[in-house]
Amino acid sequence: MLDELQDDLSDAERKALAKCRHAVLGVERPMRLDCGVDLGPFRVAYQTYGTLNAAKSNAVLVCHALTGDQFVADTNPVTGKPGWWESLIGPGKVLDPERYFIICANVLSGCMGTTGPLARDPATGQYWNLRFPVVTVADMVRAQVALIDHLGIEQLFCVIGGSMGGMQVLEWAASYPKRVFAAVPIATAARHSAQNIAFHEVGRQAIMADPEWKGGDYRLHGTVPERGLAVARMTAHITYLSEQALQRKFGRNLQNRNALGFGFDADFQVESYLRHQGSTFVDRFDANSYLYITRAMDYFDLAGAHGGVLANAFKGSPTRFCLISFTSDWLFPTRENRAIVHALNAAAANVSFVEVETDKGHDAFLLDEPEMFRTLGGFLKGAGVARGLK
Amino acid sequence: MSIAAPIRVDLQIISDMVKSGRALDIGCGDGALLASLVAKNVDARGIELSQAGVNACVASGLPVIQGDADTDLRDYPDDAFDYVILSQTLQATREPRAVLEQMLRVGKRAIVSFPNFAHWQVRFRIVFGGRMPETPSLPHKWYDTPNIHLCSIDDFRGLCRDMGVRIERAIVLDRNSNPIHLPPLLSNLIGEQAVFMLRRD
Repeated sequence: MLDELQDDLSDAERKALAKCRHAVLGVERPMRLDCGVDLGPFRVAYQTYGTLNAAKSNAVLVCHALTGDQFVADTNPVTGKPGWWESLIGPGKVLDPERYFIICANVLSGCMGTTGPLARDPATGQYWNLRFPVVTVADMVRAQVALIDHLGIEQLFCVIGGSMGGMQVLEWAASYPKRVFAAVPIATAARHSAQNIAFHEVGRQAIMADPEWKGGDYRLHGTVPERGLAVARMTAHITYLSEQALQRKFGRNLQNRNALGFGFDADFQVESYLRHQGSTFVDRFDANSYLYITRAMDYFDLAGAHGGVLANAFKGSPTRFCLISFTSDWLFPTRENRAIVHALNAAAANVSFVEVETDKGHDAFLLDEPEMFRTLGGFLKGAGVARGLK
Repeated sequence: MSIAAPIRVDLQIISDMVKSGRALDIGCGDGALLASLVAKNVDARGIELSQAGVNACVASGLPVIQGDADTDLRDYPDDAFDYVILSQTLQATREPRAVLEQMLRVGKRAIVSFPNFAHWQVRFRIVFGGRMPETPSLPHKWYDTPNIHLCSIDDFRGLCRDMGVRIERAIVLDRNSNPIHLPPLLSNLIGEQAVFMLRRD
Protein backbone atom coordinates (compact mmCIF):
# COMPACT_ATOMS: atom_id res chain seq x y z
CA MET A 1 0.00 0.00 0.00
CA LEU A 2 2.99 2.27 -0.31
CA ASP A 3 1.83 3.76 -3.55
CA GLU A 4 -1.50 4.99 -2.22
CA LEU A 5 -0.26 8.55 -2.54
CA GLN A 6 0.95 7.83 -6.09
CA ASP A 7 4.47 8.81 -5.17
CA ASP A 8 7.54 7.48 -6.80
CA LEU A 9 9.68 7.13 -3.78
CA SER A 10 13.33 8.07 -3.53
CA ASP A 11 15.76 5.24 -2.76
CA ALA A 12 16.06 6.33 0.86
CA GLU A 13 12.28 6.58 1.25
CA ARG A 14 11.77 3.13 -0.25
CA LYS A 15 14.35 1.57 2.08
CA ALA A 16 12.93 3.44 5.08
CA LEU A 17 9.28 2.59 4.42
CA ALA A 18 10.16 -1.08 3.96
CA LYS A 19 11.50 -1.14 7.53
CA CYS A 20 8.93 0.95 9.40
CA ARG A 21 5.23 1.62 9.66
CA HIS A 22 3.38 4.45 8.03
CA ALA A 23 -0.05 6.06 8.16
CA VAL A 24 -1.85 8.07 5.51
CA LEU A 25 -3.52 10.93 7.38
CA GLY A 26 -5.56 13.99 6.55
CA VAL A 27 -7.66 11.95 4.13
CA GLU A 28 -11.14 13.02 5.19
CA ARG A 29 -10.08 16.45 6.31
CA PRO A 30 -6.83 18.04 5.23
CA MET A 31 -4.50 19.57 7.81
CA ARG A 32 -4.38 23.38 7.92
CA LEU A 33 -0.76 24.49 8.03
CA ASP A 34 0.50 27.73 9.63
CA CYS A 35 1.13 29.17 6.15
CA GLY A 36 -2.60 28.77 5.40
CA VAL A 37 -2.29 25.86 2.97
CA ASP A 38 -4.44 22.76 3.51
CA LEU A 39 -2.31 19.63 3.23
CA GLY A 40 -3.84 16.22 2.72
CA PRO A 41 -3.72 13.39 2.37
CA PHE A 42 -0.18 13.07 3.69
CA ARG A 43 1.94 10.17 4.84
CA VAL A 44 3.72 9.86 8.19
CA ALA A 45 6.46 7.22 8.42
CA TYR A 46 7.08 6.04 11.97
CA GLN A 47 8.78 3.37 13.99
CA THR A 48 7.61 1.83 17.26
CA TYR A 49 9.30 -0.23 19.96
CA GLY A 50 7.57 -2.14 22.76
CA THR A 51 3.86 -2.60 23.35
CA LEU A 52 1.09 -0.19 24.24
CA ASN A 53 -0.38 -1.29 27.59
CA ALA A 54 -4.11 -1.86 28.10
CA ALA A 55 -4.57 1.53 29.79
CA LYS A 56 -2.66 3.17 26.90
CA SER A 57 -0.64 5.03 29.52
CA ASN A 58 2.92 4.03 28.59
CA ALA A 59 3.39 5.75 25.22
CA VAL A 60 6.57 7.79 24.73
CA LEU A 61 6.94 10.00 21.68
CA VAL A 62 10.51 10.68 20.62
CA CYS A 63 10.95 13.79 18.46
CA HIS A 64 13.97 13.79 16.20
CA ALA A 65 16.33 16.63 15.37
CA LEU A 66 17.06 18.34 12.03
CA THR A 67 18.74 15.42 10.29
CA GLY A 68 17.38 12.60 12.44
CA ASP A 69 14.71 10.10 11.47
CA GLN A 70 12.32 7.52 12.86
CA PHE A 71 15.00 4.84 13.26
CA VAL A 72 15.79 5.86 16.78
CA ALA A 73 16.71 2.45 18.21
CA ASP A 74 17.17 -0.02 15.36
CA THR A 75 19.51 -0.27 12.41
CA ASN A 76 19.02 2.55 9.95
CA PRO A 77 18.07 0.92 6.63
CA VAL A 78 19.69 3.71 4.61
CA THR A 79 23.02 4.02 6.39
CA GLY A 80 23.23 0.56 7.96
CA LYS A 81 24.28 2.30 11.19
CA PRO A 82 22.73 1.80 14.66
CA GLY A 83 19.70 3.92 15.61
CA TRP A 84 20.61 7.48 16.53
CA TRP A 85 19.53 7.26 20.18
CA GLU A 86 20.42 3.67 21.06
CA SER A 87 22.42 5.06 23.99
CA LEU A 88 19.10 5.98 25.60
CA ILE A 89 16.56 3.61 24.11
CA GLY A 90 16.65 -0.19 24.14
CA PRO A 91 16.51 -3.20 26.44
CA GLY A 92 17.96 -2.30 29.85
CA LYS A 93 18.32 1.35 28.85
CA VAL A 94 16.57 4.40 30.35
CA LEU A 95 13.76 4.09 27.81
CA ASP A 96 13.20 0.34 27.83
CA PRO A 97 10.70 -1.08 25.29
CA GLU A 98 9.81 -3.66 27.95
CA ARG A 99 8.23 -0.82 29.91
CA TYR A 100 7.28 1.83 27.36
CA PHE A 101 5.61 1.95 23.97
CA ILE A 102 8.07 4.14 22.10
CA ILE A 103 7.07 5.98 18.93
CA CYS A 104 9.25 8.06 16.65
CA ALA A 105 7.92 9.63 13.45
CA ASN A 106 9.81 11.23 10.59
CA VAL A 107 8.89 14.94 10.64
CA LEU A 108 6.69 16.63 8.08
CA SER A 109 8.88 17.77 5.15
CA GLY A 110 11.39 15.04 6.00
CA CYS A 111 12.93 12.67 3.49
CA MET A 112 12.57 9.27 5.17
CA GLY A 113 9.01 8.47 4.18
CA THR A 114 6.92 11.27 5.66
CA THR A 115 5.42 13.66 3.11
CA GLY A 116 7.74 16.49 2.13
CA PRO A 117 9.15 18.23 -0.93
CA LEU A 118 10.07 14.82 -2.43
CA ALA A 119 6.39 13.91 -2.74
CA ARG A 120 3.96 14.76 -5.49
CA ASP A 121 1.29 17.42 -5.17
CA PRO A 122 -1.96 15.39 -5.33
CA ALA A 123 -3.66 18.31 -7.10
CA THR A 124 -1.24 18.47 -10.03
CA GLY A 125 0.59 15.14 -9.94
CA GLN A 126 3.85 17.10 -10.12
CA TYR A 127 6.75 16.85 -7.67
CA TRP A 128 6.28 19.38 -4.91
CA ASN A 129 9.96 20.37 -4.76
CA LEU A 130 10.01 24.04 -3.72
CA ARG A 131 6.25 24.30 -4.26
CA PHE A 132 5.76 22.26 -1.10
CA PRO A 133 4.29 24.59 1.55
CA VAL A 134 6.78 25.92 4.08
CA VAL A 135 6.02 24.07 7.31
CA THR A 136 6.64 25.07 10.92
CA VAL A 137 7.51 23.14 14.08
CA ALA A 138 3.84 23.52 15.04
CA ASP A 139 2.89 21.86 11.72
CA MET A 140 5.29 18.99 12.43
CA VAL A 141 3.57 18.54 15.79
CA ARG A 142 0.11 18.72 14.15
CA ALA A 143 1.13 15.79 11.96
CA GLN A 144 2.30 13.90 15.06
CA VAL A 145 -0.99 14.65 16.82
CA ALA A 146 -2.81 13.18 13.82
CA LEU A 147 -0.63 10.07 14.12
CA ILE A 148 -1.23 9.74 17.88
CA ASP A 149 -5.00 10.08 17.24
CA HIS A 150 -4.66 7.42 14.55
CA LEU A 151 -2.95 5.13 17.09
CA GLY A 152 -5.83 5.72 19.53
CA ILE A 153 -3.64 7.27 22.23
CA GLU A 154 -5.28 10.01 24.28
CA GLN A 155 -2.32 11.04 26.44
CA LEU A 156 1.39 10.47 25.93
CA PHE A 157 3.28 9.49 29.05
CA CYS A 158 6.28 11.42 27.79
CA VAL A 159 7.37 13.52 24.83
CA ILE A 160 11.14 13.75 24.58
CA GLY A 161 13.61 15.20 22.12
CA GLY A 162 16.80 17.21 21.72
CA SER A 163 17.56 20.27 19.61
CA MET A 164 14.73 20.63 17.05
CA GLY A 165 13.21 17.61 18.81
CA GLY A 166 13.14 19.75 21.96
CA MET A 167 11.30 22.49 20.06
CA GLN A 168 8.64 19.93 19.15
CA VAL A 169 8.42 18.86 22.80
CA LEU A 170 7.84 22.49 23.84
CA GLU A 171 5.23 22.90 21.12
CA TRP A 172 3.45 19.73 22.27
CA ALA A 173 3.41 20.91 25.89
CA ALA A 174 2.23 24.40 24.95
CA SER A 175 -0.48 23.44 22.46
CA TYR A 176 -1.66 20.05 23.79
CA PRO A 177 -0.92 20.25 27.53
CA LYS A 178 -3.49 17.66 28.55
CA ARG A 179 -2.02 15.12 26.14
CA VAL A 180 1.50 15.32 27.59
CA PHE A 181 2.03 13.89 31.08
CA ALA A 182 5.78 14.54 31.08
CA ALA A 183 7.91 16.64 28.74
CA VAL A 184 11.67 16.40 28.28
CA PRO A 185 13.10 19.15 26.06
CA ILE A 186 16.89 18.71 25.81
CA ALA A 187 19.52 21.15 24.52
CA THR A 188 16.93 23.37 22.90
CA ALA A 189 15.43 26.86 22.84
CA ALA A 190 11.99 28.47 22.81
CA ARG A 191 13.08 30.47 19.79
CA HIS A 192 15.81 30.14 17.21
CA SER A 193 18.52 32.75 17.83
CA ALA A 194 19.89 35.17 15.22
CA GLN A 195 23.19 33.27 15.20
CA ASN A 196 21.43 29.97 14.55
CA ILE A 197 19.32 31.45 11.77
CA ALA A 198 22.57 32.83 10.31
CA PHE A 199 24.22 29.41 10.26
CA HIS A 200 21.14 27.89 8.63
CA GLU A 201 21.17 30.61 5.99
CA VAL A 202 24.80 29.75 5.11
CA GLY A 203 23.77 26.12 4.66
CA ARG A 204 20.79 26.99 2.49
CA GLN A 205 22.82 29.37 0.35
CA ALA A 206 25.42 26.62 -0.19
CA ILE A 207 22.67 24.29 -1.47
CA MET A 208 21.03 26.90 -3.67
CA ALA A 209 24.40 28.01 -5.09
CA ASP A 210 25.07 24.48 -6.35
CA PRO A 211 24.31 24.47 -10.14
CA GLU A 212 22.93 20.94 -9.75
CA TRP A 213 20.18 22.28 -7.45
CA LYS A 214 18.29 23.65 -10.50
CA GLY A 215 15.93 25.88 -8.52
CA GLY A 216 14.92 22.86 -6.44
CA ASP A 217 13.89 20.78 -9.48
CA TYR A 218 17.02 18.59 -9.49
CA ARG A 219 14.93 15.45 -9.47
CA LEU A 220 13.42 16.38 -12.84
CA HIS A 221 16.90 16.93 -14.23
CA GLY A 222 18.36 13.76 -12.77
CA THR A 223 20.96 15.70 -10.78
CA VAL A 224 21.81 15.94 -7.07
CA PRO A 225 23.20 19.13 -5.44
CA GLU A 226 25.77 17.06 -3.59
CA ARG A 227 28.42 19.75 -3.20
CA GLY A 228 26.04 22.30 -1.78
CA LEU A 229 24.40 19.87 0.64
CA ALA A 230 27.82 18.63 1.77
CA VAL A 231 29.00 22.18 2.51
CA ALA A 232 25.76 22.85 4.40
CA ARG A 233 26.41 19.77 6.51
CA MET A 234 30.06 20.67 7.11
CA THR A 235 29.13 24.12 8.40
CA ALA A 236 26.36 22.74 10.58
CA HIS A 237 28.55 19.98 11.93
CA ILE A 238 31.01 22.50 13.36
CA THR A 239 28.16 24.04 15.35
CA TYR A 240 27.30 20.63 16.85
CA LEU A 241 30.77 20.27 18.37
CA SER A 242 32.75 22.45 20.74
CA GLU A 243 36.08 24.17 20.29
CA GLN A 244 37.57 21.97 23.04
CA ALA A 245 36.25 18.76 21.48
CA LEU A 246 37.65 19.67 18.04
CA GLN A 247 41.00 20.52 19.60
CA ARG A 248 41.03 17.33 21.67
CA LYS A 249 40.09 15.11 18.71
CA PHE A 250 42.16 16.66 15.94
CA GLY A 251 44.39 19.45 17.17
CA ARG A 252 46.56 20.48 14.19
CA ASN A 253 47.22 16.85 13.27
CA LEU A 254 47.95 16.22 9.61
CA GLN A 255 46.00 13.72 7.55
CA ASN A 256 48.09 10.87 6.07
CA ARG A 257 51.15 13.06 5.62
CA ASN A 258 54.19 14.23 7.52
CA ALA A 259 54.39 17.78 6.21
CA LEU A 260 52.12 20.51 4.91
CA GLY A 261 51.14 19.89 1.29
CA PHE A 262 51.23 23.54 0.13
CA GLY A 263 47.95 22.98 -1.67
CA PHE A 264 44.27 22.71 -0.96
CA ASP A 265 43.88 19.01 -0.34
CA ALA A 266 42.78 18.05 3.15
CA ASP A 267 46.11 18.61 4.91
CA PHE A 268 44.56 18.57 8.36
CA GLN A 269 42.63 15.75 9.97
CA VAL A 270 39.82 18.13 10.85
CA GLU A 271 39.35 18.97 7.15
CA SER A 272 39.28 15.34 6.19
CA TYR A 273 36.78 14.64 8.97
CA LEU A 274 34.44 17.42 7.84
CA ARG A 275 34.66 16.32 4.19
CA HIS A 276 33.72 12.81 5.29
CA GLN A 277 30.77 14.17 7.29
CA GLY A 278 29.63 16.09 4.22
CA SER A 279 29.97 13.28 1.72
CA THR A 280 28.21 10.63 3.85
CA PHE A 281 25.38 13.05 4.57
CA VAL A 282 24.41 13.49 0.92
CA ASP A 283 23.92 9.72 0.63
CA ARG A 284 21.14 9.82 3.17
CA PHE A 285 19.56 13.27 3.09
CA ASP A 286 17.60 15.32 0.59
CA ALA A 287 18.67 18.90 -0.17
CA ASN A 288 15.16 20.36 -0.40
CA SER A 289 14.17 18.66 2.86
CA TYR A 290 17.19 20.35 4.43
CA LEU A 291 15.90 23.74 3.25
CA TYR A 292 12.42 23.13 4.64
CA ILE A 293 13.44 21.73 8.02
CA THR A 294 16.01 24.45 8.70
CA ARG A 295 13.33 27.00 7.83
CA ALA A 296 10.91 25.44 10.29
CA MET A 297 13.51 25.82 13.05
CA ASP A 298 14.19 29.45 12.06
CA TYR A 299 10.49 30.25 12.27
CA PHE A 300 10.15 28.72 15.74
CA ASP A 301 9.33 31.36 18.36
CA LEU A 302 7.07 30.03 21.09
CA ALA A 303 6.86 33.34 22.96
CA GLY A 304 5.99 35.15 19.72
CA ALA A 305 3.06 32.78 19.29
CA HIS A 306 1.84 33.67 22.81
CA GLY A 307 1.78 37.45 22.88
CA GLY A 308 5.52 37.79 23.38
CA VAL A 309 5.45 36.23 26.87
CA LEU A 310 6.87 32.72 27.01
CA ALA A 311 5.21 31.97 30.36
CA ASN A 312 1.81 32.38 28.66
CA ALA A 313 2.61 29.32 26.57
CA PHE A 314 2.61 27.21 29.74
CA LYS A 315 -0.13 28.86 31.83
CA GLY A 316 -1.83 26.27 34.04
CA SER A 317 0.24 23.48 32.50
CA PRO A 318 -0.42 20.11 34.18
CA THR A 319 2.70 18.67 32.55
CA ARG A 320 5.85 17.90 34.52
CA PHE A 321 8.98 19.10 32.76
CA CYS A 322 12.61 18.03 32.84
CA LEU A 323 15.09 20.21 30.95
CA ILE A 324 18.70 19.31 30.29
CA SER A 325 21.46 21.47 28.84
CA PHE A 326 25.18 20.94 28.29
CA THR A 327 27.97 23.28 29.42
CA SER A 328 29.83 23.31 26.08
CA ASP A 329 26.76 23.59 23.84
CA TRP A 330 27.05 26.96 22.10
CA LEU A 331 24.29 26.28 19.55
CA PHE A 332 21.59 25.86 22.21
CA PRO A 333 23.45 27.16 25.27
CA THR A 334 22.34 26.76 28.87
CA ARG A 335 20.97 30.30 29.00
CA GLU A 336 18.42 29.47 26.27
CA ASN A 337 17.29 26.42 28.24
CA ARG A 338 17.24 28.43 31.46
CA ALA A 339 14.95 31.00 29.81
CA ILE A 340 12.43 28.17 29.35
CA VAL A 341 12.86 27.17 33.01
CA HIS A 342 12.18 30.77 34.09
CA ALA A 343 9.04 30.86 31.98
CA LEU A 344 7.88 27.55 33.45
CA ASN A 345 8.50 28.91 36.95
CA ALA A 346 6.51 32.01 36.08
CA ALA A 347 3.69 29.66 35.09
CA ALA A 348 4.23 27.76 38.38
CA ALA A 349 4.75 24.56 36.38
CA ASN A 350 6.46 21.47 37.78
CA VAL A 351 9.98 21.66 36.41
CA SER A 352 13.38 20.05 36.89
CA PHE A 353 16.49 21.40 35.25
CA VAL A 354 19.96 19.94 35.03
CA GLU A 355 23.05 21.29 33.30
CA VAL A 356 25.44 18.49 32.38
CA GLU A 357 29.17 19.21 32.41
CA THR A 358 30.74 17.99 29.14
CA ASP A 359 33.08 19.23 26.42
CA LYS A 360 31.17 17.46 23.66
CA GLY A 361 29.07 20.45 22.56
CA HIS A 362 25.52 20.29 21.25
CA ASP A 363 25.96 16.69 20.06
CA ALA A 364 26.34 15.59 23.70
CA PHE A 365 22.62 14.80 23.85
CA LEU A 366 23.18 11.96 21.36
CA LEU A 367 26.23 10.57 23.14
CA ASP A 368 27.00 8.47 26.17
CA GLU A 369 26.45 11.02 28.95
CA PRO A 370 25.92 9.12 32.24
CA GLU A 371 24.78 12.27 34.07
CA MET A 372 22.02 12.79 31.48
CA PHE A 373 20.94 9.14 31.76
CA ARG A 374 20.84 9.36 35.57
CA THR A 375 18.76 12.52 35.37
CA LEU A 376 16.33 11.05 32.87
CA GLY A 377 16.13 7.75 34.74
CA GLY A 378 15.22 9.49 37.99
CA PHE A 379 12.78 11.89 36.36
CA LEU A 380 10.97 9.15 34.41
CA LYS A 381 10.81 6.93 37.48
CA GLY A 382 9.19 9.72 39.51
CA ALA A 383 6.81 10.55 36.66
CA GLY A 384 5.98 6.84 36.23
CA VAL A 385 4.98 6.56 39.88
CA ALA A 386 2.79 9.66 39.54
CA ARG A 387 1.20 8.26 36.39
CA GLY A 388 0.63 4.86 38.01
CA LEU A 389 2.90 2.96 35.61
CA LYS A 390 3.91 -0.48 36.86
CA MET B 1 7.97 7.34 46.41
CA SER B 2 9.19 4.99 49.10
CA ILE B 3 9.12 5.96 52.76
CA ALA B 4 11.71 8.67 53.25
CA ALA B 5 14.75 7.97 55.40
CA PRO B 6 15.05 9.70 58.82
CA ILE B 7 16.13 13.32 58.36
CA ARG B 8 17.81 16.00 60.47
CA VAL B 9 15.64 17.11 63.39
CA ASP B 10 15.30 20.71 62.18
CA LEU B 11 14.21 19.49 58.75
CA GLN B 12 11.73 17.12 60.40
CA ILE B 13 10.24 20.06 62.31
CA ILE B 14 9.81 21.96 59.04
CA SER B 15 8.38 18.90 57.35
CA ASP B 16 5.83 18.58 60.16
CA MET B 17 4.75 22.20 59.65
CA VAL B 18 3.80 21.49 56.03
CA LYS B 19 0.49 19.70 56.05
CA SER B 20 -0.42 19.53 52.35
CA GLY B 21 -0.56 21.60 49.19
CA ARG B 22 2.35 23.07 47.25
CA ALA B 23 5.76 23.80 48.71
CA LEU B 24 8.99 25.31 47.40
CA ASP B 25 12.23 24.42 49.19
CA ILE B 26 14.90 27.02 48.47
CA GLY B 27 18.40 25.68 48.91
CA CYS B 28 17.17 22.10 49.01
CA GLY B 29 20.68 20.59 49.13
CA ASP B 30 20.61 16.86 48.59
CA GLY B 31 16.80 16.84 48.69
CA ALA B 32 16.31 15.26 52.15
CA LEU B 33 13.48 17.63 53.17
CA LEU B 34 12.02 17.56 49.67
CA ALA B 35 11.88 13.76 49.68
CA SER B 36 10.13 13.76 53.04
CA LEU B 37 7.54 16.26 51.74
CA VAL B 38 6.97 14.32 48.52
CA ALA B 39 6.53 11.15 50.61
CA LYS B 40 3.64 12.96 52.35
CA ASN B 41 2.08 13.77 48.96
CA VAL B 42 2.99 17.43 49.20
CA ASP B 43 3.53 18.89 45.72
CA ALA B 44 7.06 19.99 46.57
CA ARG B 45 9.74 21.48 44.31
CA GLY B 46 13.25 22.63 45.01
CA ILE B 47 15.82 25.25 44.06
CA GLU B 48 19.47 24.53 44.71
CA LEU B 49 22.58 26.54 43.95
CA SER B 50 25.05 23.68 43.54
CA GLN B 51 24.75 21.82 40.26
CA ALA B 52 25.88 18.57 41.92
CA GLY B 53 23.01 18.87 44.42
CA VAL B 54 20.49 19.57 41.64
CA ASN B 55 21.64 16.62 39.57
CA ALA B 56 21.46 14.27 42.54
CA CYS B 57 17.93 15.43 43.39
CA VAL B 58 16.60 15.10 39.85
CA ALA B 59 18.26 11.70 39.47
CA SER B 60 16.25 10.53 42.47
CA GLY B 61 13.03 11.81 40.93
CA LEU B 62 12.68 15.13 42.78
CA PRO B 63 11.68 18.24 40.80
CA VAL B 64 14.60 20.60 41.33
CA ILE B 65 16.14 23.40 39.30
CA GLN B 66 19.45 25.15 39.62
CA GLY B 67 18.94 28.63 41.00
CA ASP B 68 19.54 31.26 43.63
CA ALA B 69 17.29 32.61 46.42
CA ASP B 70 18.44 36.17 45.73
CA THR B 71 17.59 36.22 42.03
CA ASP B 72 15.27 33.42 41.01
CA LEU B 73 12.21 33.94 43.21
CA ARG B 74 11.28 36.92 41.05
CA ASP B 75 10.23 34.56 38.26
CA TYR B 76 7.43 32.97 40.26
CA PRO B 77 3.91 34.40 40.25
CA ASP B 78 2.13 35.61 43.42
CA ASP B 79 0.70 32.89 45.64
CA ALA B 80 2.23 30.08 43.57
CA PHE B 81 2.87 28.00 46.71
CA ASP B 82 1.27 27.29 50.07
CA TYR B 83 4.70 27.18 51.73
CA VAL B 84 8.06 28.58 50.73
CA ILE B 85 10.89 27.12 52.79
CA LEU B 86 14.37 28.49 53.39
CA SER B 87 16.34 26.32 55.78
CA GLN B 88 19.72 27.48 57.07
CA THR B 89 20.19 29.73 54.05
CA LEU B 90 18.78 33.18 54.93
CA GLN B 91 22.08 34.26 56.51
CA ALA B 92 23.88 33.43 53.24
CA THR B 93 21.69 35.59 50.99
CA ARG B 94 22.80 38.99 49.77
CA GLU B 95 19.51 40.68 50.67
CA PRO B 96 17.69 38.71 53.40
CA ARG B 97 14.84 41.19 53.71
CA ALA B 98 14.16 41.19 49.95
CA VAL B 99 14.32 37.39 49.93
CA LEU B 100 11.78 37.23 52.77
CA GLU B 101 9.51 39.65 50.91
CA GLN B 102 9.74 37.49 47.79
CA MET B 103 9.05 34.34 49.80
CA LEU B 104 5.89 35.86 51.24
CA ARG B 105 4.81 37.08 47.81
CA VAL B 106 5.31 33.71 46.14
CA GLY B 107 3.96 31.68 49.07
CA LYS B 108 1.04 32.05 51.43
CA ARG B 109 3.41 31.09 54.25
CA ALA B 110 7.17 31.21 54.65
CA ILE B 111 9.15 28.81 56.82
CA VAL B 112 12.63 30.03 57.74
CA SER B 113 15.29 28.38 59.87
CA PHE B 114 18.62 29.97 60.76
CA PRO B 115 21.47 29.72 63.29
CA ASN B 116 21.19 32.07 66.26
CA PHE B 117 24.13 34.47 66.39
CA ALA B 118 23.27 35.38 70.00
CA HIS B 119 23.79 31.81 71.24
CA TRP B 120 25.90 31.85 74.40
CA GLN B 121 28.79 29.98 72.77
CA VAL B 122 28.98 32.62 70.05
CA ARG B 123 28.90 35.43 72.59
CA PHE B 124 31.50 33.66 74.70
CA ARG B 125 33.93 33.21 71.81
CA ILE B 126 33.73 36.82 70.74
CA VAL B 127 33.78 38.39 74.20
CA PHE B 128 36.36 36.18 75.89
CA GLY B 129 38.11 34.49 72.97
CA GLY B 130 38.36 37.65 70.91
CA ARG B 131 37.85 35.53 67.80
CA MET B 132 35.09 35.03 65.26
CA PRO B 133 32.84 32.23 66.52
CA GLU B 134 33.10 28.67 65.26
CA THR B 135 30.32 26.47 66.59
CA PRO B 136 28.57 23.31 65.36
CA SER B 137 25.96 25.42 63.55
CA LEU B 138 28.54 28.00 62.38
CA PRO B 139 31.46 25.75 61.45
CA HIS B 140 33.24 28.04 58.95
CA LYS B 141 36.33 30.20 59.24
CA TRP B 142 35.67 33.92 58.97
CA TYR B 143 37.35 34.04 55.56
CA ASP B 144 35.48 31.18 53.89
CA THR B 145 32.03 31.44 55.45
CA PRO B 146 29.05 31.78 53.12
CA ASN B 147 27.21 33.47 56.02
CA ILE B 148 27.24 37.19 55.30
CA HIS B 149 24.05 38.26 57.11
CA LEU B 150 24.02 36.50 60.46
CA CYS B 151 21.36 37.51 62.97
CA SER B 152 20.02 36.59 66.38
CA ILE B 153 16.55 35.25 67.08
CA ASP B 154 15.58 38.66 68.49
CA ASP B 155 17.00 40.40 65.39
CA PHE B 156 14.80 38.20 63.25
CA ARG B 157 11.74 38.98 65.33
CA GLY B 158 12.58 42.64 64.89
CA LEU B 159 12.72 42.29 61.13
CA CYS B 160 9.35 40.53 61.09
CA ARG B 161 7.94 43.42 63.12
CA ASP B 162 9.40 46.00 60.73
CA MET B 163 8.02 44.12 57.75
CA GLY B 164 4.59 43.74 59.32
CA VAL B 165 4.81 39.98 59.04
CA ARG B 166 2.86 37.76 61.39
CA ILE B 167 4.83 35.06 63.22
CA GLU B 168 2.54 32.05 63.29
CA ARG B 169 5.01 29.77 65.02
CA ALA B 170 8.49 30.11 66.43
CA ILE B 171 10.39 27.02 67.54
CA VAL B 172 13.77 27.47 69.21
CA LEU B 173 16.13 24.48 69.23
CA ASP B 174 18.99 23.72 71.61
CA ARG B 175 22.35 22.34 70.53
CA ASN B 176 20.84 18.84 70.23
CA SER B 177 18.04 20.21 68.04
CA ASN B 178 15.47 19.69 70.79
CA PRO B 179 12.77 22.36 71.06
CA ILE B 180 13.17 24.53 74.15
CA HIS B 181 10.43 26.50 75.86
CA LEU B 182 11.86 29.55 77.57
CA PRO B 183 11.05 33.27 77.71
CA PRO B 184 12.38 35.20 74.67
CA LEU B 185 15.40 36.69 76.44
CA LEU B 186 16.60 33.26 77.52
CA SER B 187 15.81 31.47 74.31
CA ASN B 188 17.89 34.09 72.50
CA LEU B 189 20.76 32.98 74.72
CA ILE B 190 20.23 29.22 74.88
CA GLY B 191 18.77 28.57 71.41
CA GLU B 192 21.29 27.46 68.83
CA GLN B 193 18.87 27.75 65.94
CA ALA B 194 15.25 28.70 65.30
CA VAL B 195 12.46 27.76 62.92
CA PHE B 196 9.84 30.42 62.14
CA MET B 197 6.59 30.08 60.25
CA LEU B 198 5.51 33.45 58.86
CA ARG B 199 2.47 34.78 57.17
CA ARG B 200 1.62 38.06 55.48
CA ASP B 201 -0.49 40.14 57.83
